[in-house]
Amino acid sequence: MSNAFRARRLPVILTIVAAMMLAIVPLPGWAEPFRPDWVAITLIYWCLHMPRYFGVGSAWLVGIVLDVAQGTLLGQHALALSLIAFLTVKFHLQLRVFPLSQMAATVLALLAVYRFVLFWINGVAGVGAPLVAYWGPVLTGTLLWPVADFILRTIPRRRRPSG
Amino acid sequence: MAAGSDSQSYARTPALGLRFVVFFVLSIVLLIVDHQQNHLDALRRAIGTALHPLRVVVDAPISAWQWFDETTTNFNDLQLENNRLKAERLLTNARLQRYAALEAENARLRAMLEATSRVRDRVRVAQIMSVNGNPFRHSIVIDKGSRDGVYDGQAILDANGVLGQVIGTGAFSSEGLLISDPDHALPVEVNRNGLRTIARGTGEFDRLDLPFLPNNADIKEGDILVTSGLGGSFPAGYPVAVVESVQRLPAEPFAEVSARPSAALNQVREVMLVWSIAEEPGSEAENE
Repeated sequence: MSNAFRARRLPVILTIVAAMMLAIVPLPGWAEPFRPDWVAITLIYWCLHMPRYFGVGSAWLVGIVLDVAQGTLLGQHALALSLIAFLTVKFHLQLRVFPLSQMAATVLALLAVYRFVLFWINGVAGVGAPLVAYWGPVLTGTLLWPVADFILRTIPRRRRPSG
Repeated sequence: MAAGSDSQSYARTPALGLRFVVFFVLSIVLLIVDHQQNHLDALRRAIGTALHPLRVVVDAPISAWQWFDETTTNFNDLQLENNRLKAERLLTNARLQRYAALEAENARLRAMLEATSRVRDRVRVAQIMSVNGNPFRHSIVIDKGSRDGVYDGQAILDANGVLGQVIGTGAFSSEGLLISDPDHALPVEVNRNGLRTIARGTGEFDRLDLPFLPNNADIKEGDILVTSGLGGSFPAGYPVAVVESVQRLPAEPFAEVSARPSAALNQVREVMLVWSIAEEPGSEAENE
């Protein structure tokens, strides 16, 4: 059990770590407002395809680490990520049969929810920022969804032995 | 597969909602605690230290490129650069001599006035490992941590002026908040006449606000602002910014004054950490 469990978890952990690295890699100033939310995108993918092994709790843990990496309030990304993990896992059966265009639209909505939660917590905590500046990552994230989907699909996933 | 996973996932639906509610509440509690108090600093430090290898890996290609760039520079360029640096060093040395004389004079005058002499500062160079991805928070991560004696509230400088201060230390790296962050305020004084005020970050790399100057304050464009050292966390006398515009608004109680930071806030890779000799490195300093 624990071996199979680990074999399923390993690619998930590795891709999340890679996404985390993309989230902290320095970008030139003009590109900074358009940095896609790599962690959120990767998380949506795994919630969609492995909802039993990757869900709200894992998303929350990843969010806490992301909070430290980005220097935000502890719990901010955790709350936003666990919310979109919840939505994705809840509707994963419907979402899985969506064609790519429809799925991209869903990703747009999920990323918008994610960004809105971050914006909202910033607002409550008194970190002022123009609302407009939050939407760049939502757009780039949606445009990159097909690419991320393609790359993540190439990662071998072991099927459940019982099928 | 479909039937099995369907029935199971439907059976799990209420558990999923419940789990989300639990983590939602947990997040809110964490947010409130983290916003109000500093109880979570230990947790933050632990995770930050665990993240250090990741930062090293992210930084590796950039460092490698710099190394490659340096090692493949041709001999001629090196010689030219060497000559230029030698000339620059000569100039700086000449300036330093004058500074040393001034410092000696200052110490003598202070001794005559029986005032305490200013403490000397110890400086150490650190590298910026990453900058914050969040465009509304101007913070950086540097490659020196509590192991090197870095403490919370320590001043970070570059060659031209004050860059920011340390707000969190891990074992191997620490986080610094830039003076341009909207949450950052810094006690400064005008070099020309000693007028004290507060310089506040605006969220733009090339502008600081001086919001608390009355309309009749003696300040004009081109005035140099230096740290006053009154906040307790910054050493006194380091350049912070140059006043760029002064607008006196008769209808408002305060003038609108903005200044341009002397340090290149978004361009440097090497920064300097300052220890005042009077303070023990590694001791917990008061955070302002």
